[in-house]
Amino acid sequence: MTCSRRDFLKDAVGGTLATVMPLSAFTFLSHSEARAAVQESKVRWAFLVDTNKCVGCGLCVKACKNENEIPYDAEVTRTWVERYVVTKDGNTHIDSPMGGRDGFTSMEVDGEEIDPDNIEKAFFVPKLCNQCDNPACVQVCPVGATYQTNDGVVLVDRDWCIGCGYCIMACPYGVRFFHPVHKVADKCNFCYHRISKGMEPACVECCAFGARRIANLKDPDDPVTKIIMTERVAVLKDEYGTKPHVFYLGLDANVR
Amino acid sequence: MPNDIIVHGIEWTAKELFVYPNEYIYWSIQIVMYPYMTGLVAGAFVLSSLYHVFGLKQLKEIAQFSLVFSLALLPVAALPLLLHLQQPTRAMEPLLTPHFTSAIAAFGIVFTAYALIVLSEIWFVYRKYFVEQVHALRDKPGISNGMNRLVYQALTIGAYDVSDDAIRVDKKAARVLAAIGIPVACFLHGYAGFIFGSVKANALWMSPLMPVIFIMSAVVSGIALCMLTYIVIREWQAFRSRRHGGMLKAKEIKGAEQGVIDTAARYLLGFLVAAISLELLDLIFRGYTAMKSWDILRSVMYGKDFMNIFVLQYTLGNLVPFVLLILPGRTLKRTILALLLVLFGVFMMRWNVVIGGQAFSLSFSGYMHYEIPIIPHSLETFKEGLFGALTVISVPFILFWIINKFVPSLQREASGE
Ligand code: SF4
Ligand code: SF4
Repeated sequence: MTCSRRDFLKDAVGGTLATVMPLSAFTFLSHSEARAAVQESKVRWAFLVDTNKCVGCGLCVKACKNENEIPYDAEVTRTWVERYVVTKDGNTHIDSPMGGRDGFTSMEVDGEEIDPDNIEKAFFVPKLCNQCDNPACVQVCPVGATYQTNDGVVLVDRDWCIGCGYCIMACPYGVRFFHPVHKVADKCNFCYHRISKGMEPACVECCAFGARRIANLKDPDDPVTKIIMTERVAVLKDEYGTKPHVFYLGLDANVR
Repeated sequence: MPNDIIVHGIEWTAKELFVYPNEYIYWSIQIVMYPYMTGLVAGAFVLSSLYHVFGLKQLKEIAQFSLVFSLALLPVAALPLLLHLQQPTRAMEPLLTPHFTSAIAAFGIVFTAYALIVLSEIWFVYRKYFVEQVHALRDKPGISNGMNRLVYQALTIGAYDVSDDAIRVDKKAARVLAAIGIPVACFLHGYAGFIFGSVKANALWMSPLMPVIFIMSAVVSGIALCMLTYIVIREWQAFRSRRHGGMLKAKEIKGAEQGVIDTAARYLLGFLVAAISLELLDLIFRGYTAMKSWDILRSVMYGKDFMNIFVLQYTLGNLVPFVLLILPGRTLKRTILALLLVLFGVFMMRWNVVIGGQAFSLSFSGYMHYEIPIIPHSLETFKEGLFGALTVISVPFILFWIINKFVPSLQREASGE
């Protein structure tokens, strides 16, 4: 076969164009964008945690375990409370025994006794699923068993999950686990069965200090939405691009 | 706690410092086996293609064998995934409702496509042999001969034309399939690398180099395993013919073996260098850019996993076999040792990626250790323990033994070339 330089150039340009043109038609749509293109919803659930108010009693963890039937003594939980103790030497001590279910009554943090006089600051941080707008867990589920609803909550279909654990690996917040009884992926869903019927999530309802609140971001008159819009709120691990929707008041730089 | 409620992962995960409550080593030994076995498949196929596509005559013998061996390895690439699922009965769902934003979703499709390529290539290479067997067995008495003949009849799928023209078409088809097979094999495995490399939550895994590193080390391990198995089988044959007084035949076998091994070893070295360079590049890049995760990564790599990464993987698994293979006056024993070390090195690389990637908490403030279950006391600890892994390793050899009964990849005359 002979091939002149001109032929070669012509083929090369043609080939490149033929490859690049269809590729340019690909835009990476996030899940929420794709959904919004199909149908707008009047609801976008979000959560507000006021870390200044949390006293680490663990009632929310108890309530969640009971409400959502996560075996009480199994060492997995849909929501948990972390204790941070920053000592004068600049070290941060963190723990969350049993997810903080039984409160924090010991001066021992992760096996280390802390001298109260040596504490610079200490606080509690409740954690739960962030119902991300660009959820990594949904992206990686090979069978679509993890999906995002129109109102922003990410759910798991227990009848369809194959239990591969990819979503558990993909979530940067470590909120997912295998349900010890159903043997499928499990996580917080803002008590979807309650909020979709006009009730509050179990943890919100039982928190005596108002540290946990639920909001509909699409409703400008929602008092919690107002706080999120007007106050200085922060989210966890912004850098992963997951667009988390659990907002924090008083988040410390030490929080992981 | 009642016996039936056991949190997945709790039995083999030891936590240290602050780890999120739900974090465990969810991906354990079977997920180490998955890329290891897929890598062997891809590598074996690439080795066989070096002959079929690029016409490297010296590799002819090992190429036939590698092709059939890669078929025996193939089901075993999917087995670890199956064993690892919490709902194994739903294993077909990724094919029924694939969710294509997931890297795992395409596994079934890529895997099936690849299996079809390997199967049809083998068919084209051995079709003439199948036909010959059908004819040869026709007048032989006995039930087993009759059964064998039925098998061969099925294997021909009714294509009995063995004229020169037909054989030429066969050869061409085998070559085309081998050529298509190379990118597909690389894809099958590069894609295993993508499954890890695209997990942005995992500081160790996330790297665009991951697929390429996986492919290189896959070819290394595939070539090593084929060479090793080939040597063992050839030695056994030589030993047998010596015992039966066929000194000449034994010499012939050994002579042919030496040539094949020399050539294959050269390719092995090439891919080994590529694999190590890429891995080092990845490491240096992480250290140089020192992102947020580097502190914990460094403490894992240079502290807790130092033995696994630098001693077992890089030194014992890469450097030592490299020196063994490259020093002049290489004997067969030295080659075997080097090959075993190479296989071990690639296994350690998979281990250090999969287990090492879960050795630190997502909080970057704590560590997790994988304590591999040795003596199983439940199905779970069997599957995700030592014996589960050994099961996976032994299957391809059993399969090869069976397949080789009908497709004699080690007889020089059998293939249609
Ligand atoms: S926090 Fe994790 S599990 Fe929840 S939506 Fe985001 S990525 Fe998914
Ligand atoms: S564990 Fe279940 S929900 Fe999670 S990725 Fe696998 S199939 Fe999807």
